[in-house]
Amino acid sequence: MTTPPTNVPPTNVPPADVRPDDPPATGWTAAVRRRAVRTLPPDQLLPDYQPSYVASWIYVFGMLSLTALIVVVGTGSWLALAGAAWWHSSPVGLFVNSLHLWSVELFFFVMVIHLWGKFFMAAWRGRRALTWITGMVAFLGSIGTAFTGYLVQQNFDSQWISTQARDGLNSVGVGAWFNVLNTGQMLLWHVVLLPLVLGAIVVLHVLLVRLRGVVPPFEVAAPAAAEEATS
Amino acid sequence: MTTATRRSRAASPAAQGWAGPWRSYDLVKEFVVALLAMTLLTVGFAAVFSSPDEKPITLQGWAQADPNDFVATAVSELNGSSGTAEYGPPYNTAADGQKIGPLVLQKWGGVRTPVDTASDFVLTPLRSVPGDTELSTAMATYAAASADQQTSWATSYGDALTNAPDGDPAKVAAGEYGPVPVLTGRLLTLAQSGGLDGALVSEGSQFYASDFTKPLLFLADSGYLEDQARAQHLGGDQWGMMNETGNYPGQAWLWLYTFWYQVPPFSTSDNADALVWGLMAVLTLVMVFVPFIPGIRSIPRAIPVYRLIWRAHYRRPTG
Repeated sequence: MTTPPTNVPPTNVPPADVRPDDPPATGWTAAVRRRAVRTLPPDQLLPDYQPSYVASWIYVFGMLSLTALIVVVGTGSWLALAGAAWWHSSPVGLFVNSLHLWSVELFFFVMVIHLWGKFFMAAWRGRRALTWITGMVAFLGSIGTAFTGYLVQQNFDSQWISTQARDGLNSVGVGAWFNVLNTGQMLLWHVVLLPLVLGAIVVLHVLLVRLRGVVPPFEVAAPAAAEEATS
Repeated sequence: MTTATRRSRAASPAAQGWAGPWRSYDLVKEFVVALLAMTLLTVGFAAVFSSPDEKPITLQGWAQADPNDFVATAVSELNGSSGTAEYGPPYNTAADGQKIGPLVLQKWGGVRTPVDTASDFVLTPLRSVPGDTELSTAMATYAAASADQQTSWATSYGDALTNAPDGDPAKVAAGEYGPVPVLTGRLLTLAQSGGLDGALVSEGSQFYASDFTKPLLFLADSGYLEDQARAQHLGGDQWGMMNETGNYPGQAWLWLYTFWYQVPPFSTSDNADALVWGLMAVLTLVMVFVPFIPGIRSIPRAIPVYRLIWRAHYRRPTG
């Protein structure tokens, strides 16, 4: 047997004499890559230095929210593996459902602290309005996703919550399209539609945080930026 | 972490005006530690507290536990006085529904889930009962009668049930009820046998089913469901649906939404749901667009919570 060569070049990166550096590579792919790297350089995407004012525990809650969401998705995916009714008849299923429930509770706990922390930091300063807005939309999307989760449990809580909630949704016409008594519809919203939208918003939110950076104390921001919110 | 004076090659625009000290930072390490922490906390809470799973109420269980309430509900579906029968959109046109001032959003949503309570909840399920001559005769008599006659029979029987001791159908005074007592009595029998649970879900001759709109509407028309919920402290005036069975936190994040239902004018309004939704929509828009709202966006500067958040920063002599 022969020893495989080390440092094998990746097959998706051609040798230097094939890929022209001057003039720059043309085409849509190269343009998107240049734009992405220019907008969010690797050092900014994954920073290893930060201003000293970031040494506050409140900044941790953004990361805790993100990681709690990952646990929520992971435990929910585990539940999905064996079907919607599995957890009613299996001790393991009940424990996985408990993991999912408590991950959601923890997610909201840290996210609410994150939200109010950012509010009292006026975290929209310095062209961070879109960061704030995407965060708020993610919060609202999380409420909707969690709500549909309660509807698809197929137990007494689902019965009561759905029959109560329909009045609110019907009263503003939403119930005509979003029927909380239709368990199949709610299950698909819970495990597909809302997570897809929520995931996209969270990714955008995180990228905006990396793009604009975390908000500095009031004195650090330029006076105009302190009060004016621009996106 | 150590404080450093050099800055990252690609410092964020926010920090480019920052002339103070920098410190080393490991984003990936923070991510991994946070993920581990949230995972362990989740496992800990799940292991200690588990999760609630109160069995659902079945129509069979309701009919067996409270047959008088079941029959009264069935009669209200026949005479058009049940909550669903009088609901309006999206189930029927019996009412316009709730309003926010001149906005009739419920009506504008339209009848997208049509429900005929007499047919869907009573008559159609009874057609699946085989070999019952008395029932067949009652069904034929009911079908042959005019709509006014049908309503008259059912309304008279409903009133008689209300006046009977405990609402017991066996103790109803004699009257002109037509075939209604037979219909509701057979529906009770069907429900007690467990046949109505499947019949309401599978209407339309579908083998597979995932839409529980009809059985839930029928159940919600009863007094039984609310009685069970109130026993679990889940009533609308008990902070309702934000809670769940047992001593679990439920959807605590819905506290503000649920709060409005507890106080006037919402707690006494016929349009409470629409008004609360309208109010919450406005408050939500304010929170989403707070960066652009003068006054509100300045609140954080007026309330010095930020000095607590950045206390280490403000403690530095040079600020």
